[in-house]
Amino acid sequence: MRTSFASLFLSAAILLFGLSACNSGTPSATDNTDDVVATQESQPKAITVSLRENGLAIGDKAPDFKLQNVDGKYYSLGDIQDANGQQPKGYIVTFTCNTCPIAKKYEDRIIKLHNMASVMGYPVVAIQPNSPDISSGDSMEAMKQRAKDKSYPFVYLMDEKQEIFPQYGAQRTPEIYLLDADHILRYHGAVDDNVQSPQEVSVNYVLAAIEALENGQSPDPADVKAIGCTIKAAKSN
Amino acid sequence: MKTRFFQLFGLCLFVSSFWSCASEPASQSSDQEAPGSQAQMVSNETADPGLPFPVYENFSDLEYLFRYQNDTTYVINFWATWCKPCVAELPYFEQLHEEIGAEKLKVILVSLDFAKDVDTKLLKFVQDKQLQPSVIALTDGKYNNWIDKVHPDWGGAIPVTYIYKGDQVLFNDQQYDSFEDLKASVKKIQSQG
Repeated sequence: MRTSFASLFLSAAILLFGLSACNSGTPSATDNTDDVVATQESQPKAITVSLRENGLAIGDKAPDFKLQNVDGKYYSLGDIQDANGQQPKGYIVTFTCNTCPIAKKYEDRIIKLHNMASVMGYPVVAIQPNSPDISSGDSMEAMKQRAKDKSYPFVYLMDEKQEIFPQYGAQRTPEIYLLDADHILRYHGAVDDNVQSPQEVSVNYVLAAIEALENGQSPDPADVKAIGCTIKAAKSN
Repeated sequence: MKTRFFQLFGLCLFVSSFWSCASEPASQSSDQEAPGSQAQMVSNETADPGLPFPVYENFSDLEYLFRYQNDTTYVINFWATWCKPCVAELPYFEQLHEEIGAEKLKVILVSLDFAKDVDTKLLKFVQDKQLQPSVIALTDGKYNNWIDKVHPDWGGAIPVTYIYKGDQVLFNDQQYDSFEDLKASVKKIQSQG
């Protein structure tokens, strides 16, 4: 009885609202009900102001690089080994940095991720993309200190010329690109589904993606968004 | 005055829709939270007189902010107290809010501070800075469910700014370096349609 009254009331309200309010161009709270359609319809006229390059799509081959590590040596993907000293079955390329509060929230989780996954053949390859000219806390010296303080078990490379992160299409820290042995992008985006609290994580997307690869399947989801800090690019770029 | 009436009317309808949802759970799409939690959110929001801004736990409850079809230009900035470049550009949004006067323009600062920081860090920040533009706290941590609904080009990094009037949209995923740059973006939207 209550249900039918409520639905009747809602129907009447929507009808009334549709007749009076919508036509006169006033705020429409009922847009909530078909939000996805509204989103798609509103996009074609949009102006996008973005320095972001297109970057990699799932299935694309990721470009290799030669970047300096905190140990002073230069590494490309071919120089990376897994925890068993073998050529990796895949690479967890992770754009991260010293300074971003979200990257800091994930620091211990990335270390754990590497310790679990590198044994399985999937080491973390951390790349710091920020320009130290803009973010002084992300200088090579600061990176060395951070890697030492936290005993990073993975390479922590600097994208010194800021040429690699745009090729990948990275926009934020932290941001994951999981590559397979052939450097094909198989998963992109968030580490897990709870930025705020590691205790409340219900899905670790990277580990789930690795499990899928190990089972000969395609990761699903293959692309997951989360908040992070904008990568700080030098203006001359 | 007329606009205010319709906003109130819309709000009533908005709230009434929760009751309807609660009694008809099957009518809700599957990717939403349980209707009960939304209703609870609304009561939480009104029941906390300690906060000078509303707190939304679900993006879907504030999505209407992005869908107004009228001749007002809405400048919606996503920020957080932990985000340095966001805090650095906030004065430009305050200046915009101050300068607009009678212009049909509304500045809305959507904070993505974490739920645990809302009544501490965010509250303190808003009070210390005496932020004049509307502040809204959005604590919906299921980012992947709603980031694309703001704009498909948004990767999730902040700050970003979403400026629109009717169907005209400008999405900027870079920090504003000056008030003039922000003003130029606003002008682009105001001069259209």
